[in-house]
Amino acid sequence: MSPSAVSLSTIFVIVAIGVAIGFLAGVHRKMDLEQWTVGGRGFGALLIFLLMAGEVYTTFAFLGASGWAYSRGGPTLYIMAYLTLAYVVSFFILPQIWEVGQKYGMQTQSDFFSTRYGNKYLAGFVCVVGIASFIPYLQLQITGVGIIVSIASFDGIGRIPAMAASVVLLVAFVFASGVRAVAWVSVLKDVLMVFAAVSIGIGIPYIHFGGIGPMFTALAHSHPAHLTMPGATINLGHTWFISTVLLTSLGFYMWPHAFGAAFTAKSGDTLRRNAVVMPLYTITLAFIFFVGFTAVLVVPGLPNGDLSLLTIVRKSFPPWFLGVIGGAGALTAMVPAAIFLLTAATLFAKNLFRPIFAPAMTDDQVAKLARVMVVVLGLISLLLAIYKSATLVGLLLTGYAGVTQFFPGVVLGLFWKRVTMPGVFAGMIAGVATVIFLLLSHRDPLYGWSAGFVALCLNFLTTALVSRLTPAIVLPE
Amino acid sequence: MGVKKPSLGALLLALIPFVAMCFSVSLWDRIQPMIFGLPFNLFWLIAWIVLSSLCMWAAYRVEVARDKKDSKAP
Repeated sequence: MSPSAVSLSTIFVIVAIGVAIGFLAGVHRKMDLEQWTVGGRGFGALLIFLLMAGEVYTTFAFLGASGWAYSRGGPTLYIMAYLTLAYVVSFFILPQIWEVGQKYGMQTQSDFFSTRYGNKYLAGFVCVVGIASFIPYLQLQITGVGIIVSIASFDGIGRIPAMAASVVLLVAFVFASGVRAVAWVSVLKDVLMVFAAVSIGIGIPYIHFGGIGPMFTALAHSHPAHLTMPGATINLGHTWFISTVLLTSLGFYMWPHAFGAAFTAKSGDTLRRNAVVMPLYTITLAFIFFVGFTAVLVVPGLPNGDLSLLTIVRKSFPPWFLGVIGGAGALTAMVPAAIFLLTAATLFAKNLFRPIFAPAMTDDQVAKLARVMVVVLGLISLLLAIYKSATLVGLLLTGYAGVTQFFPGVVLGLFWKRVTMPGVFAGMIAGVATVIFLLLSHRDPLYGWSAGFVALCLNFLTTALVSRLTPAIVLPE
Repeated sequence: MGVKKPSLGALLLALIPFVAMCFSVSLWDRIQPMIFGLPFNLFWLIAWIVLSSLCMWAAYRVEVARDKKDSKAP
């Protein structure tokens, strides 16, 4: 067999095993809307942990983090800081979110806003921003699969057909299985991912330099500026680091699927204990960085840093091993993408379309509309992946600039009695408008500050100011 | 919505990782001295992943102790 046939068939077998696990988990269960989207609420602590952990390692961590280590250098370290601090933040908000969710029977993030602020348009706006923020995150996963297949085929298969095929497979997978299946496939995905990261993180520096230490010594000698900030960039310095770490660590649990997962936990205490242990999970990222940094010296001059991890794996290992890493990477893209598609499509049908446009819709009709939306959102992300190129990290930061605008509404809603609906609505509009303006006019970063963080500050100020000027609302008891 | 506010002790413990991993970046963003073969900034962040987990464990003990005290009070 040719090398490309070996690596591609290995990837195919790994993805097929993943899909089979998904189908088996979905069998014997009637797939109504509730089962499909929230797994019938019968999730134990283990499945919650898997869903939450499954969200950490997406293609972003795999190809994106190494891609930035290769093309940007030092600024990539923000990823390690933000993931750790995101769990620190979660310690103080998730148990409270769980508690009010329990008290008022909430199922989604949009329910939180409509219960706390009593306005369906605010809740609808939250859905629109959430869905819009998911699109770059989905585009990121699809771009990742395109990269994996084209490198594993030794450039025999183009990225566009590979991305199109992955979207078809993804939609079929989501239709057939639902969220419970996705949680179980993420077990396989995470085991493979940790194995892949550790083996290449140690193996690749060892093969080319005899160890991690000698690799860094060589890199510090030949590229003295690469390992610190701003690295290979001109504007990603310490101000950018601080503002981006704040933006993304505060925004981590504002993603609708992550926020919603908190409602399904067994108790608030489970979530707190999760926050103590989860930071340790981010150590694996160090190994991914090792690969990206080694690639600077071994495969210089790539047109796109996101290609660096797989290019150096292809150069260092036999084709079957490239297939194993590629298969791990493909699942790492498809499992989160399935979660995002499910969450975004359900948000559209159940929390946006029905309450605002068609209150008479039955659950069956909502489920049908959600399935249509899975296809629509998949296609939009595919088109963007084909026509608009950006680095994987750049795509994720765009999504974060959107979802973090929920943070003031959530935190003040939990802890400040005086916050009002017009305050939160005005703040969120100010924040989102600022993000759209700064991103479309290419002003990110703005004088060294992350654009999303600038918008978040404006959002906080507007929320507090307008809340002071409007009458307090009577809280639901 | 009447949720319990986090205790001051837990908040202060949580501030430590934020200072160490985020606000103090200009103090530790350097290559030398290399430790265990790693550039200093990367070593610092890895060390603080572990130390952050310890800080949050302490914060957890503080919160649990407070909850116990509150449930004993009339």
